[in-house]
Amino acid sequence: MASGKAVIKSRPWTVACFLLPALALLGALVVYPIGYSVWRSLFDASGKDFVALDNFREMFSNDSIRTALRNNLIWIVVAPTVTTALGLIFAVLTERIRWATAFKLIVFMPMAVSMLAAGIIFRLVYEQDPDRGVANALMTTVHDTFTDASSWPDAQPRPGGPVEVQGDGSYLLTEPVEAGSPALVPLVAVPQPELADAEPAAVAAAGPGEVAGTVWMDFTRGGGGTAGAVDPEERGLAGITVEAVRDGQVVATTETADDGSFVLPAEADGARVRLAADSFTAPYNGVEWLGPDVITPAIIGSYVWMWAGFAMVLIAAGLASVPREMLEAARVDGANEWQVFRRITVPLLAPVLAVVMVTLMINVLKIFDLIYVIPPASSQADANVLALQLYQSSFGAGADQGLGSAIAVFLLLLVVPVMIFNVRRLRRENRR
Amino acid sequence: MRGSGRGPRRRTTRGVAAVLAAGALTLTACGGGDGGSGSGRPPSIDLPDLSGQSLEVAAVWTGAERDNFLRVLDEFEALTGASVSFVPSGDNVSQFVGSKVEGGSPPDVVMVPQPGVLHEFAENGWLAPVDESVQAQLDANYTRGWQELANHEGTQYGVYVKAANKSLIWYSTTAFAYAGVEPPATWDDFVATAWTVWESGTTPVSVAGADGWTLTDWFENVYLSQAGPEMYDRLTAHEIPWTDESVTEALTTLAELFGSPQLLENGNDGSLQTDFPTSVTQTFIDLETPDAGMVFEADFVGSVISDSTDAVIGEDAQVFPFPAVGEAPPVVSAGDVAVAVAPDGEASEAQQALLAFLASTDAARIWAEAGGFVSPNKSLEFDAYPNEVQRGIAEALIAAGDDFRFDMSDQTPAAFGGTTGQGMWQGLQNFLRDPGDIAGAQEYLESQADRAYRD
Repeated sequence: MASGKAVIKSRPWTVACFLLPALALLGALVVYPIGYSVWRSLFDASGKDFVALDNFREMFSNDSIRTALRNNLIWIVVAPTVTTALGLIFAVLTERIRWATAFKLIVFMPMAVSMLAAGIIFRLVYEQDPDRGVANALMTTVHDTFTDASSWPDAQPRPGGPVEVQGDGSYLLTEPVEAGSPALVPLVAVPQPELADAEPAAVAAAGPGEVAGTVWMDFTRGGGGTAGAVDPEERGLAGITVEAVRDGQVVATTETADDGSFVLPAEADGARVRLAADSFTAPYNGVEWLGPDVITPAIIGSYVWMWAGFAMVLIAAGLASVPREMLEAARVDGANEWQVFRRITVPLLAPVLAVVMVTLMINVLKIFDLIYVIPPASSQADANVLALQLYQSSFGAGADQGLGSAIAVFLLLLVVPVMIFNVRRLRRENRR
Repeated sequence: MRGSGRGPRRRTTRGVAAVLAAGALTLTACGGGDGGSGSGRPPSIDLPDLSGQSLEVAAVWTGAERDNFLRVLDEFEALTGASVSFVPSGDNVSQFVGSKVEGGSPPDVVMVPQPGVLHEFAENGWLAPVDESVQAQLDANYTRGWQELANHEGTQYGVYVKAANKSLIWYSTTAFAYAGVEPPATWDDFVATAWTVWESGTTPVSVAGADGWTLTDWFENVYLSQAGPEMYDRLTAHEIPWTDESVTEALTTLAELFGSPQLLENGNDGSLQTDFPTSVTQTFIDLETPDAGMVFEADFVGSVISDSTDAVIGEDAQVFPFPAVGEAPPVVSAGDVAVAVAPDGEASEAQQALLAFLASTDAARIWAEAGGFVSPNKSLEFDAYPNEVQRGIAEALIAAGDDFRFDMSDQTPAAFGGTTGQGMWQGLQNFLRDPGDIAGAQEYLESQADRAYRD
């Protein structure tokens, strides 16, 4: 058989004819667009004036692009690593279980969902309101199993009124109480539904020397009540722990009755009345997933959900080709399971892991859909990545395709090292 | 090109014109009979016979808004015999028209929502100026202010057909009755009212912070009322910087509300994740014990209320004008302007006739009767509006005369006033996230404005 070079020498035109279709397609669809992008990135928004490297300078001085760069960095480090690690764990574990295929199927299933749809799903999952967002529903449920819900989470003192909010969330009546005159603790802002079963507020009758008082919702329906006075229609707040505090020491404790009234023993005379914080702690509302602080990790979470299955399937395929004898030999030699995994399985899988990592890295560099869909507009700037910025710069308001092309060129430069690595590895594989 | 294509056809069809005209007359009679539009009133405009001509109209409207507009176009078809087709333009009108002009078949009449885009089109030479018949309608029915908005370098290019009153606060009557408060007239009263509503156990204000444009409207109303129309114009043109004292003052005023998380439904962070439709529904979906007492935005809040809640406008949902921060209450408006697209600079008779018709009181009446619409046409009698609330909104808008101001963010470069994640939208979202940092918000706004206005 003639070698490649010999064929080229003897029949150059035939070779050219065979190469032409592929070259034409590659040229038109890959080389030309790249070349044009590079060219375009040197011109301004209108495409008429040559601005040399101004677009690149703009790119690195623009705050939102810098945020995008930083996020891209987080993405490329975290997302492929976590996904591959999870895929590896799934793959190794599913080797041992009975329903492996069913499990793999389920983990792989998110791959069948388009990025856009996955984005919409996770927009709902991360919703702040626990009634709508699964993530926060989970967190609040776990939280609430360990802590009791407070009875009047919304009740607050009126600003500038006789009651002050303390640092620990308890409410303190600023004036000391005296036996004989009622200790009135007005609170407001309790929503109507919570008051539905409450009884009208009243002050309990106090025995000699005792301090009587009441904690109530100091607002008359329809207005017209006097602030700080118990008006006829106003409701008492039941079940609040009332403490009498003197010099920082609790000297007496009681709880408000159904009509909000309480009676403290004689020791409380001259002390200050404090309502314990546990009645007022606001309900735990979960994490603000879509807020500016955790938005990027949250989106990476949804990416991992999608791609862990992909990593798992590739790694599982690699795992199947790992020679069993080697694992057996290690076990016979006394290695425990962790050592077998760490010293035998992972090194043997290294080429596969590298393929998965590199594929994911390329994939992550051009991530767009999830970041376009998941964050609400107010935190999209904090979740920004280069691909999204490219789109916004080129086609958004004040469309500047010069700047957009500059970002595209920069993205291309970022992908190149990964590509080179990939091509080298492929060559090595072929040589083997 | 287009004229020459049409010419011969017109000649050949002239014979049929009479028949068509007769048909059109019958149609008009029918329309008058069942629609009630124009019945018993002499038409306020003479339209030429346009039988056999066709027009293409593009606008962003969909759903009910589109249907109501089609009723106006139907009337025009009936009066002139022309056939008019409607094309949805999508949200980016500028891009839509640009690509159509490029392709050689632009729509004949386009509804443009931003004055900036009108200027852009006029600069590009895509628009034809209005003729005398349109100008006559404008002079009769529109104040100077509304005319000037459609004016580019001294030439009148369009007709404002639809207005939005963006200085409205909608409230739940249940929440107000429970708290025993009345609609406030001044900003101080407004803040006091909010605190009273809070005391009563209802969260007073629902803010749609996820949508930057609602925040720009908050700011514009406060600024217009506090600093006055002249300063408003100067800030719009970026003649004064965003670090100006007047902006500090407006943001400080706004912080009286935004700075107290109790007053905002779901607090500041929750507000930033609340989009506009949600801000309306959470105020009106629960009629017994509403989640929030008040929600601010333009008259189109009404259509969200009727589409997605059971609340009845006028009973469960009421509206009051944005309270006066300074001497006079603000009237911030928005609107759509109809322009004739003609890259060769000459508008056809049919295009001019449609613009003239849209500027007429007859068209405004048909539109107003359908509801969900406010006309900038000052000759339109308020009786035409279908309900009390809509009438009140229209009255406030017309009563402002030329003291109203067009939405600032619609007049600034889009990169500053209309883009997610940057400019005014992001700047005010930063402010809502941290209302204490007024100086920081101003610096951000100024740096963004500087960049956007430079281009």
